Amino acid sequence: MAYPTNYRYTREHEWIDADGKSASVGITDHAQDSLGDIVFVELPKVGDKVEKGKVFGSVESVKAVSDLYSPATGTVTAVNEELTTAPEKINTDAHAAWIMKMELKDPSELESLLKAEDYEKYVKEETGH
Amino acid sequence: MPDTLRKTALNPVHRLLGAKMVDFGGWDMPVEYSGLIAEHMAVRTGVGLFDVSHMGDIQFRGKGSLEAVQHISMNDASRLQVGQAQYSAMLYPQGTFVDDIIVHKFSDNDYLFVINAGTREKDYNWVRSQAARFDCHVSDYSDFYTQLAIQGPKAQETLQKLTDVNLSGIKFYWFAWGTVCGLPNTLIARTGYTGEDGFEIYIPSDALTSERVWNEVIEAGREFGILPCGLGARNTLRLEAALSLYGHEISDTINVFEAGLDRFCKLEKGPFVGSEALKSVQAAGGPVKKLVGLEMVDRGIARDGYKVMDPSGKEIGTVASGSPAPFLKKNIALAYVPGAFTELRTEVAVEIRNNPVKAKVVPIPFYRKPKKT
Repeated sequence: MAYPTNYRYTREHEWIDADGKSASVGITDHAQDSLGDIVFVELPKVGDKVEKGKVFGSVESVKAVSDLYSPATGTVTAVNEELTTAPEKINTDAHAAWIMKMELKDPSELESLLKAEDYEKYVKEETGH
Repeated sequence: MPDTLRKTALNPVHRLLGAKMVDFGGWDMPVEYSGLIAEHMAVRTGVGLFDVSHMGDIQFRGKGSLEAVQHISMNDASRLQVGQAQYSAMLYPQGTFVDDIIVHKFSDNDYLFVINAGTREKDYNWVRSQAARFDCHVSDYSDFYTQLAIQGPKAQETLQKLTDVNLSGIKFYWFAWGTVCGLPNTLIARTGYTGEDGFEIYIPSDALTSERVWNEVIEAGREFGILPCGLGARNTLRLEAALSLYGHEISDTINVFEAGLDRFCKLEKGPFVGSEALKSVQAAGGPVKKLVGLEMVDRGIARDGYKVMDPSGKEIGTVASGSPAPFLKKNIALAYVPGAFTELRTEVAVEIRNNPVKAKVVPIPFYRKPKKT
């Protein structure tokens, strides 16, 4: 699956799609593929302060649990409640299934994150193929 | 990936199918192909195919075979008829597990142990050392067989297309010899590790034969929606059926009573390795901890190794295996807890990332296959 070029990516396999100070966050197609069938998403709460590189929730597949790391610092403005009952939406379309929306404290923070092509390269190196 | 990982003859097939591979006890094995939940459901509702060639096969031959088998396994092999198999285990003198096994009686002087992959060398060495004083030959045939498990309510119809043996005549935990995919004298056992009906067949381990039979089974099962299934589904299927996994429910520090496997342990058959220690445990009033089934009451998934606590937050035990159960659609676990917490519906908590999450003791197996109509 193609990685949207307007998103930025973390080495922990989250994506962030920002428009000015507001942004959506999810996990990458590579992340959902490595996890397998996702059955549980632990969402943050609206109003939570999240910090770049810090855990804001978790996703669980049948066989594994994986923490979610915030790509940026800011405040949670919305969470995708649909994932509580239909967590498999992340498997079907990881790049559309946002987990939280946030208000960014400093949009320039995103510049240190990976661009689509660099993330793809990173994944290839990490998986060795 | 280190080159030291061992591979089954079907390794290229798994890779061609795009399976996700993992290191399982030193073996490069498929964890899933199309997806764990789909594979799990295929076995519960149709049929699934597993490569279980990493499992080991130890054969006993000679006049002293039964005596040796009785000495090193806890079930009573003297009750077996030719063509019958039984679940059993090899124990250490202290009554804990070397491994769990399936004993097959080929003839009065000929028995086969099917053993776990991760414990193959340990098991074989143990058997050799323990059987040395009996009049029998012990051989490790593990590398000579590709072992395929065809499991699910449609397993019989699938395999029947490929063999001249009347499969409906083989009862659960019995076996027969016959031609499968043109291969004469193939061992066909009605055994498995999924809690479902099914068969395990043992064919020559050359790549060509292994691939051909694999493909013929897939073709035969196509009309029933057969799926190749990986170790992921194998684990969730066995967990729903509450079947033990070495290193989790059973190990060299857990005894037979704790694991709740006493019904497969025949102390009355006479002395065997581990029997004295087990009698002492019995005399002392039974085990202190026991394996129970847990179902999560509140939202959360118990995982292997998580702590179990009483309602006041005091640590009382450990999760041996925990996972979402794809067919039951519940979050379940097998856990070791003290005797006082084994009553059904007892409320406990599982610590999930520093939070106690409510769970209750439920009957095991969690899943029982429906009776045939």
